Amino acid sequence: MRSVCFYFHIHQPFRLKRYRFFDIGNDHYYFDDFTNDDIITRLAETSYIPMCDTLLDMIRTSNGGFKCAIGLSGTAVEQMQLYVPELIDRLKALADTGCVEFLSGTYAHSLSSLESPEEFRREVYKHDEMIRNLFGKTPETFANTELIYDDDIAGEVLSMGFRNCITVGAKHIMGWKSPNYLYQAETAPDLRLLITNDKLADDVARNFNNPSWPAYPLTADKYMDWIAAFPEQEQIVNLYFPMDVFGSFLPANTGIFQFMKALPQFAAERGIRFVTPSEAVSMLKPVGMLSVPYPISDVDEARDVSAWKGNTLQNEALGKLYAVAERVSLCDDRQLKQDWEYLQSSDHFFYMSTKNMADGASHAAFSPYDSPFSAFTNYMNVLADFLVRVEEQYPDGIDNEELNSLLLTIRNQAAEITSLNKEVKSLRSSINPDDEDLPDVKPAPAKKRATKKAPAKKTASKKETP
Amino acid sequence: MFGWEFPPHILGGLGTASYGLTKGMHNNGDMEITFVIPKPHGDEEKGFANIVGANCTPVAWRDVDYDYVNGRIGKVMDPNLYFNLRDHIYADFNYMRLNDLGCIEFSGRYPDNILEEINNYSIVAGVIARTIPCDVIHSHDWLTYPAGIHAKNVTGKPLVIHVHATDFDRSRGNVNPTVFAIEKDGMENADHIITVSNLTRRTVIEKYGISPDKVTTVHNAVIPLSDDLLNLPRREKDDKVITFLGRITMQKGPEYFVEAAAKVLQKNKHVRFVMAGSGDMMDAMIELAAKRNIADRFHFTGFLRGRQVYEMLADSDVYVMPSVSEPFGISPLEAMEMGVPSIISKQSGCAEILSNVIKTDYWDIDAMADAMHALVSYPGLHDFLKVQGVEEIHGITWEKAGKKVIDIYRQVINR
Repeated sequence: MRSVCFYFHIHQPFRLKRYRFFDIGNDHYYFDDFTNDDIITRLAETSYIPMCDTLLDMIRTSNGGFKCAIGLSGTAVEQMQLYVPELIDRLKALADTGCVEFLSGTYAHSLSSLESPEEFRREVYKHDEMIRNLFGKTPETFANTELIYDDDIAGEVLSMGFRNCITVGAKHIMGWKSPNYLYQAETAPDLRLLITNDKLADDVARNFNNPSWPAYPLTADKYMDWIAAFPEQEQIVNLYFPMDVFGSFLPANTGIFQFMKALPQFAAERGIRFVTPSEAVSMLKPVGMLSVPYPISDVDEARDVSAWKGNTLQNEALGKLYAVAERVSLCDDRQLKQDWEYLQSSDHFFYMSTKNMADGASHAAFSPYDSPFSAFTNYMNVLADFLVRVEEQYPDGIDNEELNSLLLTIRNQAAEITSLNKEVKSLRSSINPDDEDLPDVKPAPAKKRATKKAPAKKTASKKETP
Repeated sequence: MFGWEFPPHILGGLGTASYGLTKGMHNNGDMEITFVIPKPHGDEEKGFANIVGANCTPVAWRDVDYDYVNGRIGKVMDPNLYFNLRDHIYADFNYMRLNDLGCIEFSGRYPDNILEEINNYSIVAGVIARTIPCDVIHSHDWLTYPAGIHAKNVTGKPLVIHVHATDFDRSRGNVNPTVFAIEKDGMENADHIITVSNLTRRTVIEKYGISPDKVTTVHNAVIPLSDDLLNLPRREKDDKVITFLGRITMQKGPEYFVEAAAKVLQKNKHVRFVMAGSGDMMDAMIELAAKRNIADRFHFTGFLRGRQVYEMLADSDVYVMPSVSEPFGISPLEAMEMGVPSIISKQSGCAEILSNVIKTDYWDIDAMADAMHALVSYPGLHDFLKVQGVEEIHGITWEKAGKKVIDIYRQVINR
């Protein structure tokens, strides 16, 4: 029986405000709250909420026959909590149907998988923690930032305990192979790979509203015919969409929501069913190994990571940012850690891309900046201020290892003090059993002075004990 | 072609552009170009165009022999051409101040009596038009429009005028009515108008009321610099150098450069600013720099000529052109070719074709200061623009511009 698996992804970065170099050291707030609020509110109204309602409707009318997977980035969820909490309620309602699987991913939709394995791990744990808190379920399927994947990442993902991973059907990797099968990662054979079918996804995302497309107009009927027409052995079709395709890129008046609503009925007629990714993996057997020596992604025609790491600007910014990864993980300043999270979002680097600069391609369409150079300048100014703050935490002269051992000593000291305290207590109680409860006794106001002396005495006695 | 300047004796961008375009057109082949300038010096590059000096063209008969003419103007022009021109004198100009050859003297510069020189130039154009056959007449900038119109009336051939700048650019809007009248007259009489940028094209259409269908933009290009200049030694230095290079006049927006410099220096002391060039606002700028208390890091070089310009660029880390209104602006292209990243104002014509530069509004001092700071502080950006800039400039050639001009010629000839 043929299965279709839909994936919808929601991500919004915390966009930076215009930050001039003379703000470095003076202004430690980096984010453009107005724009962020504006964008997520608008998208929620036109796209996310109507789409969630559509999905809910599809699940109800099909009596749970429709299933799908949803990926959320942590930064998007934080913005929802701030600006459109009603969207979270919709997502919870979807989770409650039991027909929606929530995916794992990086918290900030970052490039940490390419830059820093430790940071990658930390981000994924943080992300999954968030999903657990929101929906009470632990994600089982991993979908990296824009489906970035290579052999090294496969190992990392497996070692974090994931068995299923979604990635992209890049032509140069797949070659003659069909994406409509389950694959194994060559470096980590226990990891099952679900491969997206780009062609079918593009037919919706790009061509649904394109009258010059030969197959225009696309109907649910026709679409399911195409899926039904695949060879018998091709058991799974993975369709991956950013959720704002529905309602924003394809406005509601194109009829896209009606198209979606009609899908379950036509699927049922052709004996096609919907599954979640973990169901798909449990049902199917992998047919072969995939080896991906160089990272692939879902972005741009080249399907590689050049959208974020394609020029010297991006590489300098990324290098500077991840150079302090360890430092930031050592400190415990919450504000600093939060900024660190937000600054990692891949979008900042996407805006710096100089690909197709002259004819202003998709990079320009999403960018809040007028050129990649101003994107870079603004980001670097913010980063400069951030680095100053990191340096204020711990002096630059000490290297990370030394710092680590110092911090360890400090932490151990705390443990040592408590253990010594215990010892003091036990010793003292053995000498003078009446004294035992002294710290717990609540003294009357008149005796205040006397009790104040007590801890002082205690420290004095502590010094004697060793 | 009627021009006013020609390298190596140039005063502004006009000469360079005329030269580059002529050479580019010549390289497209199958074309004979006569280039008239007021006062040739004899050291102009000849191969691709026949250079005629207005000051060697007789407007009144003088009985002189070959050897005498050869002795007087032989190094500038072929004496036979002199006699040929002498046969085509069309009126008696003896009432004018003429020299021993019956020619009018020209300064070839921009003197106070410029209007008189323009008039004289168009008198001479009449003789030349009667002597040398042509298919198209091409006038560079307003100084030569009257000459072009005169030649058009004499020969009946189509006139193409090339707008390198308008008086709106030069004066920030306070146009000189006489100049405006000459410009408008030229545009109205022209069969086609070439502008150096869309910015200028809009000015021509909106301010001079010209029909858009006879105005075409042909962006300027850059003549590849010689290896000698490209390999000028770059001094090792501790401080970064940010350079403004050009006439220090209202049009070039020097005050924005000074203000932005003051902002950068508040934060970063390891930068020096250089304002190279001279002009009527120089004293005011020196005063402004002193007032902002940055004079210790802000330097004035005075007017630079020829090779000095490139030596200055070789020593610079960033080039800034904050022009308030720049029809094209060829100097950022030269800076880029020298490997110096540039910051240019969005109000300059070259911003239309360049992508590996930082563009800001000329009035946005914060943005300009930010860009300066970024270029001296973030090596990634500097390296990127340096490498990509050179690459980009190599794709902008006069041959391509020349090809477009030739296409326009074909259009007006076949009309």
